[in-house]
Amino acid sequence: MEIPYAVHPHPITGVPNGKLGVWLFLASEVMLFGALFSALILLRVGAEHWPHGTEAGLSIPLATINTMVLITSSVTMVMAWASLKMNQYGKFQLYLTLTILLAFVFLVIKYFEYTDKFHHHHYPSTDTFYATYFTMTGLHGLHVVGGIVVNSYLLLTAGGAWKRDPDRLANRIEYAGLYWHFVDLVWIFLFPILYLL
Amino acid sequence: MSGEGAEDIKKHVKVYLIVFAALAALTIVTVGISYLHLPTHWAILFALLVATVKGSLVACYFMHLISERKVIYWILLICVFFFAVLLWAPVVTSSM
Repeated sequence: MEIPYAVHPHPITGVPNGKLGVWLFLASEVMLFGALFSALILLRVGAEHWPHGTEAGLSIPLATINTMVLITSSVTMVMAWASLKMNQYGKFQLYLTLTILLAFVFLVIKYFEYTDKFHHHHYPSTDTFYATYFTMTGLHGLHVVGGIVVNSYLLLTAGGAWKRDPDRLANRIEYAGLYWHFVDLVWIFLFPILYLL
Repeated sequence: MSGEGAEDIKKHVKVYLIVFAALAALTIVTVGISYLHLPTHWAILFALLVATVKGSLVACYFMHLISERKVIYWILLICVFFFAVLLWAPVVTSSM
């Protein structure tokens, strides 16, 4: 069965169905993270003392490196899509592979951050600061894992998809990119709020 | 974005690289500001301001929102409204 308007825009919405679906999904994601940001503001405003990131033992250098890693992965993701649009399949493979690798680098750095916290007996149950820190970075980390899964699937199946319908593959990469850039966008706000303020 | 040719995309690639440089520079600015040890309200203001600029760059250029269709803007407008309610309503009501 052929999925309607997978490549061409729907006559009513003006965009392919996949893009509309991904944006609706991202809108729900905004509300998910929005609820957590709202909770963080309330808890912080109501707290007698809220530690600065460094005071709580968070590493600004590691988080800065992770920010750079995610920003770079956003560029490689959009370059993967641009490569497909320019009919450069080899470059597409390279850029998407780099995106996945950078996502793994982010998680490895996060792993070191988490193990350092556990080593110092800082857990979600330690205090309100660590409860919000682990909840928000943990949920974000799960989204990074989700991005790795989606991008890996697209990379592994891209050969056949490229032969069958290059435009459809380009659209799929664009939609996966929208999700990945959103993950980057959330981190852009998490980084200063949790680590720098 | 789906209807553009290879030449248009080449122009976009240059923009992506400029945005990348801007994002990297703004990240350094964010971290630099945090080491100035400004009063809390100024620190929050500057940090969120820089984060908003960075987020806007990602949304506008990497997510192509700068040249998107109306239906997507409507979805985001509704989303932004409820996001604002989510952020401000508890803060406003907590002081009642």
